[in-house]
Amino acid sequence: MEDYYLKVSKGHTDRRKLKSRLMIILCYVAAAMAILPLLYIFFYTTMQGASSLNIDFFTELPKPVGESGGGMANAILGTLILVALGSVIGIPVGIFAGIYITEYSKSIFANVIKFVTDVLSGIPSIIIGIFAYGLIVIPMKSFSAYAGGFALGVLMIPTITRITEEMLKLVPHSLREAALALGIPRWKTTLRIVLRTAQSGIITGVLLAIARAAGETAPLLFTSFGNSFWSTSLDSPMASIPVQIFNYAISPYDEWHSKAWAGAFVLISLVFIVSLIVRLATRNKFSQTA
Amino acid sequence: METAEEITKEAAVIETVSEEKVKYTVETEGLTVSFKGREAINDINIKIRANTVTSIIGPSGCGKSTFLRSLNFMHDLTPGAKVKGTIKIHNKNIDEYDMTEVRRRVGMVFQKPNPFPTMNIYDNVVAGIIMNKGKKRNELNEIVEQSLELAGLWEEVKDRLKVSAMALSGGQQQRLCIARTLAVNPEIILFDEPTSALDPISTSKIEETLFHLKNKYTIVIVTHNMQQAARVSDYTAYFFLGKLIEYARTRTIFTSPREKLTEDYVTGRFG
Repeated sequence: MEDYYLKVSKGHTDRRKLKSRLMIILCYVAAAMAILPLLYIFFYTTMQGASSLNIDFFTELPKPVGESGGGMANAILGTLILVALGSVIGIPVGIFAGIYITEYSKSIFANVIKFVTDVLSGIPSIIIGIFAYGLIVIPMKSFSAYAGGFALGVLMIPTITRITEEMLKLVPHSLREAALALGIPRWKTTLRIVLRTAQSGIITGVLLAIARAAGETAPLLFTSFGNSFWSTSLDSPMASIPVQIFNYAISPYDEWHSKAWAGAFVLISLVFIVSLIVRLATRNKFSQTA
Repeated sequence: METAEEITKEAAVIETVSEEKVKYTVETEGLTVSFKGREAINDINIKIRANTVTSIIGPSGCGKSTFLRSLNFMHDLTPGAKVKGTIKIHNKNIDEYDMTEVRRRVGMVFQKPNPFPTMNIYDNVVAGIIMNKGKKRNELNEIVEQSLELAGLWEEVKDRLKVSAMALSGGQQQRLCIARTLAVNPEIILFDEPTSALDPISTSKIEETLFHLKNKYTIVIVTHNMQQAARVSDYTAYFFLGKLIEYARTRTIFTSPREKLTEDYVTGRFG
């Protein structure tokens, strides 16, 4: 009797172990499929781009066709300015909208915002570019950094709103009650207890939104347009790395192609560095160990 | 134990004072709280004596916590909650106070320890003070020590005040929450099942703390544990189905209750 029982149960466990192993292998395959393309892009861009990278790339203006050398200094600066402009619009609006949705969710208006945010996050970025074109470029009668920054800002809003909302939802309700029970006013509870508890998640989300905005081409094509010269005035066209890559990549010149690769490499490195900073800055911040 | 004797002695003192002279800290009249039209507590009339521990007992869902939370506007956050009737604190209707002032004067300790996770022990204790009004640094140090001392946590944490509050054990976290409540110097402290998530040793430490707090504060404690009610409180209120069934001296409730319902509950013959 005992032997019989053991026999049956052994075959059964073997089958279960096999199933378990199979599932684990499938998980590994899925993980590999997610990571490999990323690594491939990263290494390929590095190989193609790093070779044509030099000091000039960061300090010189683009040279006309036929002349060798030159760089993308104006585009790098332009991207920084445009992203900064976008952040000025996108970060506060996004964060405050997220706070409103979670902390004042009783109102119908909050649900409307939530729905609109969902729709907005699904809108193709080129549509946002057209929106900024119609709203700013046409009345101003000129492509401008304002329009580009505005488009990037609008692009960032849904991402930041959603991540703020998700992070605030993770803050336990008991924490809000604890703060209010101490006689702390509601707005201070929100700003100094709730927001602070969720801050590392929100910062991560904001930086990811910035990284994404930095790589956007479509919303800039007919807003900030591009510029071959130094331009720091916000009401005139401004160069940016993605647009410059686009222009170089579709050109027929090998010299420009390698410049595009270098630009792509710089862009990816920027995103990579930002992500790395996020990781380091938020790592183990609230660890439980003493 | 000395504690039991002291309770009896103090109870005797209160007994001799005529009803007029007894100081009531909290009084409710016709207090009714409903959630989306469903009444959770109905017509509660109770007078809570100053510097006593009053425990609220009753089966789950009888409205104990609802009653407690109405005393410091905690229902304000709950959508669909409606509070009717009057609540008086020191003979003044709570609607006449500023909401944050009521909450500061009526502190609350919750069932699950909820220290602020982003702050260290020190900052947790002073959070309520700093965010109400600024205070001088040296004053703060003193308050931190006093509050932690009173909550029975000082000896365990005095060398690591800058350590995250989350590094403490559950029982220590709960005592930290008590210290945090004490720091804003309330007059009344509400305890909503403060030990139901804790082990027996932490529980006894908190009960000990409650006993010391009685001198300075009026304490109302909701508890599921009848032994705890018997141990720590001077007065006990028995709630059933949203009604206040009986409210009397704890000894009376547990030895010779007036109501049959109360007797059934405290003797475990409930249902």
